[in-house]
Amino acid sequence: MATSTLFERIRQHVPSSEAEPAAPVRCAGVVHQVLVLELDAAALVSTVTRLKTEFGFDLFLDVTAVDWPSHPQRFEVVYHFYSTTDKVRIRLKTRVTEADPSVDSLTALYGSAGYMERECHDMYGISFRGNPDLRPILLYEGFVGYPLRKDYPKQQEQPLVPYRPPQSALVR
Amino acid sequence: MYGKPLPVVDQAGRPAATHQKDASFEFLTTRIDDLVGWARKFSLFPYPFVTACCAMEFMAVSGSQYDTDRFGAALPRFSPRQADLLMVVGTVTQKQAPVLLKVYEQMCEPKWVMAFGVCASTGGFYQNYASLPGIDRIIPVDIYVPGCPPRPEMVIDGIMRLQEKIANSRHPLINERV
Repeated sequence: MATSTLFERIRQHVPSSEAEPAAPVRCAGVVHQVLVLELDAAALVSTVTRLKTEFGFDLFLDVTAVDWPSHPQRFEVVYHFYSTTDKVRIRLKTRVTEADPSVDSLTALYGSAGYMERECHDMYGISFRGNPDLRPILLYEGFVGYPLRKDYPKQQEQPLVPYRPPQSALVR
Repeated sequence: MYGKPLPVVDQAGRPAATHQKDASFEFLTTRIDDLVGWARKFSLFPYPFVTACCAMEFMAVSGSQYDTDRFGAALPRFSPRQADLLMVVGTVTQKQAPVLLKVYEQMCEPKWVMAFGVCASTGGFYQNYASLPGIDRIIPVDIYVPGCPPRPEMVIDGIMRLQEKIANSRHPLINERV
């Protein structure tokens, strides 16, 4: 089966996370038929370049982040790639700190990464070094804070139009 | 020829007997508010500000099954300048709020607003950074139709109540003091 053979080929190059937790790229096994790699943020571009050129992961699916407020490296940036030849997915996880929430941009490798990195920057404040356009895409100019971080107040609104005072429906 | 009455003749060519006007229904009296309200309530031209899933319900209620055209409120005008009923159908986000306000301000008086669905009425189950908690925070609303989505009967009931409101309200004419 193509899934297992491709994953086995990748695993030959990557130590498992139990065996070598300090390696720059670690394999965390296959979860829901997706191969999961954990890696240091510095190893991101080289790993993705290799996955794209050697292993044929030619489709960039998504980048998002997970906020772990109590973890010393607070944000987990999660990438998904798809191989249109082998029809399998791979997941890459990397950690960044709250003080410096930045990873390298993948726009040089995948053009479609631009918009998704913009969204991730909107929602979590992850800055992608090398992305030329990190303007708000879903939010608006002037929005303060990052709404999908755990410490953003759940009901805090930042209206663009000042609210009218509350009044009865009978009053115009 | 204009203004000159044609001679009314019988089959033989002789002048026919002139028509006797019946005086009983020559005119009737009413109040101008009632008359204008009656005219306006049956000529609601909606502007569908359709943003979300309630649009499906809006299409259903506009279609032949429920047919809001029976109430004179089905012909959508896709220019706010030609519309007099703003139907806000679906969730309005904070980012869309300036657009909605501009659409409302572009509509000519007299104008009415219907909040279609619970998101437009109150924000519904969205209570977060993204969505506006009810369009009445930024524009005045005449009729609220809650429901997720509202049943077509509720929408029709809302239109009829709005018509009632229009019929019973003041309709000052141009240069008339309110």
